[in-house]
Amino acid sequence: MSVPVSRRAGVPARHAEPAAPGDISDAVRMRAFRQAINEALHEAMARDDRTFIMGEGVDDPKLIFGSTAGLKERFGPERVFDIPLSENGMTGVIIGAALAGMRPIMTHQRIDFTLYAMDQIANHAAKRCYASGGRQSVPITIRALVGCGWGQGPQHSQSLQSVFAHIPGLKVVMPSSAYDAKGLLISSIEDNNPVIFIEHRRLYEIEDDVPDGHYKVPLGRGVVKCEGKDVTVVAVSLMVFESIRARQALAEAGIDAEIVDPRTIKPLDVNLILESVRKTGRLVIVDTAWKTCGFSAEIAALAAEECFGALKAPIRRVTLPDVPTPTTSALEKIYYPGALDIARAACDVMGLGGKVPPAVEASIAGMTTPTAPQFFGPF
Amino acid sequence: MKTSAAKLAASRAARPPADPGRSSDLPGPKLLEIYRTMVRLRKFEERCYQVYLQRKIGGFCHIYSGQEAVAVGMISLLGPQDYVITAYRDHGQALARGLSVKACMAELYGKATGCSRGKGGSMHFFDTSVRFMGGHGIVGAHVPLACGIGWAIKHQDQKGVCLCFFGDGAMNQGAVHEALNLASLYKLPVVFVCENNGYAMGTAVARGAAEENIYLRANSYKMPTCRVDGNNLFEVMDVTGGLIRRAREEFQPSFVEAVTYRFRGHSMSDPGSYRTREEVDAHKARDPIAQVAQHILKQKHAASGDLDEIDAEESASVEESVKFAEESPPPSPDALYEDIYA
Ligand SMILES: Cc1ncc(C[n+]2csc(CCOP(=O)(O)OP(=O)(O)O)c2C)c(N)n1
Ligand SMILES: [Mg+2]
Repeated sequence: MSVPVSRRAGVPARHAEPAAPGDISDAVRMRAFRQAINEALHEAMARDDRTFIMGEGVDDPKLIFGSTAGLKERFGPERVFDIPLSENGMTGVIIGAALAGMRPIMTHQRIDFTLYAMDQIANHAAKRCYASGGRQSVPITIRALVGCGWGQGPQHSQSLQSVFAHIPGLKVVMPSSAYDAKGLLISSIEDNNPVIFIEHRRLYEIEDDVPDGHYKVPLGRGVVKCEGKDVTVVAVSLMVFESIRARQALAEAGIDAEIVDPRTIKPLDVNLILESVRKTGRLVIVDTAWKTCGFSAEIAALAAEECFGALKAPIRRVTLPDVPTPTTSALEKIYYPGALDIARAACDVMGLGGKVPPAVEASIAGMTTPTAPQFFGPF
Repeated sequence: MKTSAAKLAASRAARPPADPGRSSDLPGPKLLEIYRTMVRLRKFEERCYQVYLQRKIGGFCHIYSGQEAVAVGMISLLGPQDYVITAYRDHGQALARGLSVKACMAELYGKATGCSRGKGGSMHFFDTSVRFMGGHGIVGAHVPLACGIGWAIKHQDQKGVCLCFFGDGAMNQGAVHEALNLASLYKLPVVFVCENNGYAMGTAVARGAAEENIYLRANSYKMPTCRVDGNNLFEVMDVTGGLIRRAREEFQPSFVEAVTYRFRGHSMSDPGSYRTREEVDAHKARDPIAQVAQHILKQKHAASGDLDEIDAEESASVEESVKFAEESPPPSPDALYEDIYA
């Protein structure tokens, strides 16, 4: 398949919507994921004064790991504010505000806290448009961070995309790069539906070429991050990063992996995924979450239903084991899958019996840059 | 708009009558034991702080220093039949309830010898043998569990009480208010303890609560509610003693707002820049441990040399716990797949 030309050599192109002329310059502009989120908030809030953002810590000195910097100064305390520990009630408040014409953005420092608000999200926000025969809509964006590593333990590190994606009426977005994060967050805020926007904490410091100004990455459109012919690796969020590392290492064994990043879990870019699987005939799915009834199961089912005949090998999934997150680093280390696990799965579907050739293993072991800088907080 | 904790603590509003007998008249040995426990908490927390900075432990770590009179004073009134449940700032309650210093330190080190076998970490200490029902990471969510524990106590004739600790921030969760209503409706033996340390992370009480007099918010649930100076051990004990008795004997739930202050940031990664140096210093001048020490010396229950000895012994025991934790084995890889189901 043809891939649009990248703005920068070596960086895979993205299926961005064309920007307004003059909006995007050609100069490379490296920004961290955290800054990209921040820029998206600035852009969206400057364009539409019906938007406002709130959440615990939105204006405290840490500014949600830097992502809400400068918002209060620019838009004032009526549009940018801290809230009490009232996730459930406040979610109801933003749904009401959205029904009456506003476009609220709520931020959670951990996605685990959204569970308090699950009634409002699932029973109200998700159902309103349908139940009103399309006469009402709930344009809210709920930003939620996934914690990972550093001993965050069972109640601060869950990756709940599949829980939300199961519920009709919600959109679920999960960017893997700073570029996508900015374009997708702007799209989410401008969308007329409830969007759960999931940000992986380990991506926060990773930089990408991020255009200045307003641009959108459409919801429901994935991207081929790296082309390949032997095996399709469908990965989301931080796992895209790990998959790219695995791909580099697999090249040592002559295996050419194609990395597909759906970018939105729902709606899903079904055609992009199927097109790739039909081309390579092999599928590995990599998720940041658990295995059972999760995103990886959905993609596997999709391939089995829609292109079974094209498959040359059984599908493999790389996910968290189906256990809560252990706090101790001794277990955390083996809990999270990484590039080596992805390479192993790829070798398996390539018929190498799950054995990773020494050259591949050595290549991964030799990769000095960690997937994301280790962080030691905050909280 | 900030109300000084000292001023808050001094307000004597809605205090229920205390039982006769004052905790300040406790016999010397009992008082010294309580003092020792307070010192243990402080030494433990300050050592945690150090090993954390040395990167020997990581992850969440919410230090309890400054609030010792609340946990130690109240928990010292419990018997083995009673229960304790709390939030993520749980080291103090755990130690006050008698968990071993070693098991707590090893938990922070993520070792197999920890009180949750390394799987829970700082926010999730548990020990069923002393009915310490643990630390919880979701703010306010454990408060309804306290009602359930109260339910079991009542309907199994256990003649006990559940002490439920939570923060000022938690008071804004709907779950907490549902729990208060349920406890009163069903007459459950629970004493709800809101530790008002002035802040929920960086959010001062008045920024999150329309009525910043927290105990007043509990008033509408038809149960005794009051505010105490949480830095004053004797006041804490005198008031709570009566409430615990009523819970055990009459299944009467109650609510105490204990006004206190955390000496450190919200967690290890919080520089606490939302508080001024003067504010912190003013509260450190009301150190709950120093207040008890003064009382002990004044009553001549012990000489200052004796208190120094207690300090040294508790330091040594914490030091031993660090050694124990460092030398303990991590959980085996198999443990990852264990304990998912009972
Ligand atoms: C439901 C939920 N929302 C947000 C958080 C993040 N958080 C952790 S502690 C905390 C502040 C709680 O303050 P308070 O109840 O006063 O307890 P303190 O830390 O002062 O002991 C917040 C916002 C959380 N753990 N759970
Ligand atoms: Mg507090």
